[in-house]
Amino acid sequence: MLGQIIYALPFLAEGFAVTLWVSLLVVVLSLVAGVVLGVGLVYGPAPVRWAVRIFSDTIRGIPILVLIFFVYYGLPAVGIHLQSFWAAVLALTLFKTAQVVEYLRGAVGSIPRGQSEAAMAIGLTFRQRLAYVIFPQAFRRFLPPWINGVTDAVKGSALVSLLGITDLMQAINQVIGRTYEAMPLYILGALVYFAVNYALSLASRRLEQRFAFIRE
Amino acid sequence: MSDASNAALLDVRDVSKAFGTVEVLRAVSLEVKRGEVVTIIGPSGSGKTTLLRCVNFLESYDSGSIRIDGKEVGYRDAGTRQHRSERDLAAMRAETGMVFQSFNLFPHLTAAGNIMLGLRKVRGKSEAEARQIAEHWLGRVGLAHKADSLPAELSGGQQQRVGIARAVAMEPKILLLDEITSALDPELVGEVLAVVRSLAEDGMTMLMVTHEMAFARDASSRIVFMADGGVSAVGPPAEILAAEASNERLRSFLARFRASHF
Repeated sequence: MLGQIIYALPFLAEGFAVTLWVSLLVVVLSLVAGVVLGVGLVYGPAPVRWAVRIFSDTIRGIPILVLIFFVYYGLPAVGIHLQSFWAAVLALTLFKTAQVVEYLRGAVGSIPRGQSEAAMAIGLTFRQRLAYVIFPQAFRRFLPPWINGVTDAVKGSALVSLLGITDLMQAINQVIGRTYEAMPLYILGALVYFAVNYALSLASRRLEQRFAFIRE
Repeated sequence: MSDASNAALLDVRDVSKAFGTVEVLRAVSLEVKRGEVVTIIGPSGSGKTTLLRCVNFLESYDSGSIRIDGKEVGYRDAGTRQHRSERDLAAMRAETGMVFQSFNLFPHLTAAGNIMLGLRKVRGKSEAEARQIAEHWLGRVGLAHKADSLPAELSGGQQQRVGIARAVAMEPKILLLDEITSALDPELVGEVLAVVRSLAEDGMTMLMVTHEMAFARDASSRIVFMADGGVSAVGPPAEILAAEASNERLRSFLARFRASHF
């Protein structure tokens, strides 16, 4: 069994790189988009709040697989043709963005109103209030669900194999297609995904401790 | 414009405000001169806190004008009622200090850090200079040794003293105090009031809402009695707090107040 795993490793390395690349893109893009939309949801004027609310509720109500197929097979009908890789990244990013919006809303919403008022009273502008008063406090609440979401993104990236992209999952399937030895390779795959996500969880726990300034 | 020493530093004219159909302020007018300490008293729901919050535009008002040093607070001018820009409004707010009932210290920053934030980001002072100012004011409120403590490590009275230091370090033209001892245990009230008293002696202009009648009597230049969203009586403490006040509402407020506090 060990022999088969060692034989498969070079084939899997490239797929693993694709998995990490997809995950990284999705996590970074969704973080930026989700924070911007989340701020719009919490502080924006009514039309912005409505738009973000509808976006978030709609996306979160659709299975991620449907979203991926919709972007790849559905959008060409309206003239948008994306390569399979970017279609997958877009669909996963949309999905994750809707989640980040909710994490941000929850985290920012947990900060007492008096904090904003105190920040206003010393003359901080909206951006300064967010940067120096609200976000540093909200970060601690944002982090645990967000890291959970990151591990979900790593696991969810396996779905891109359904569009024929050779990520770790697809690479494993290709090796199995040649060797007909499913069990050792799926175990190997599981271990790789686990190792990545466990490392993330550990990092998250350490970060949380660092930001655990006393309160409540 | 405002060089005459008897011109009002804070000039509130006919300010009205309604939350839905409830009128919380009805044509309130009020002046605070430079160096004056004006105390607002009155039953809960009379609009005291709302008025205070209008002065630094934490609340908007529907009509009337509020001027500090001749400058309209929340609106570009009283006529158009067009809100000031975010940047403009922030700059105006930096001219008024506010101390809150619930302290509202920033829990992720130390005592010194709380004071330094506005100095650094609003006043543009260097780290070293801001630190020096913060230490000066912490010394003034008797907390020089707590500069590097987080708010959660301080007692309520200490937190409120940091709150005062945070507000005055910005060198505001006027300090607004919103029931700053109401959330404190009785034995901690004295240390906070002592700080306010020393600021008053230094000539800091203050507008405060309080239920500490003895303090209001000793520290105020004038007392404003509010009832039902309007100013019901204004005068020197001895006159307003006299048991035989001529104003019927004031007399019943004071009677009820004495009955419940002693």
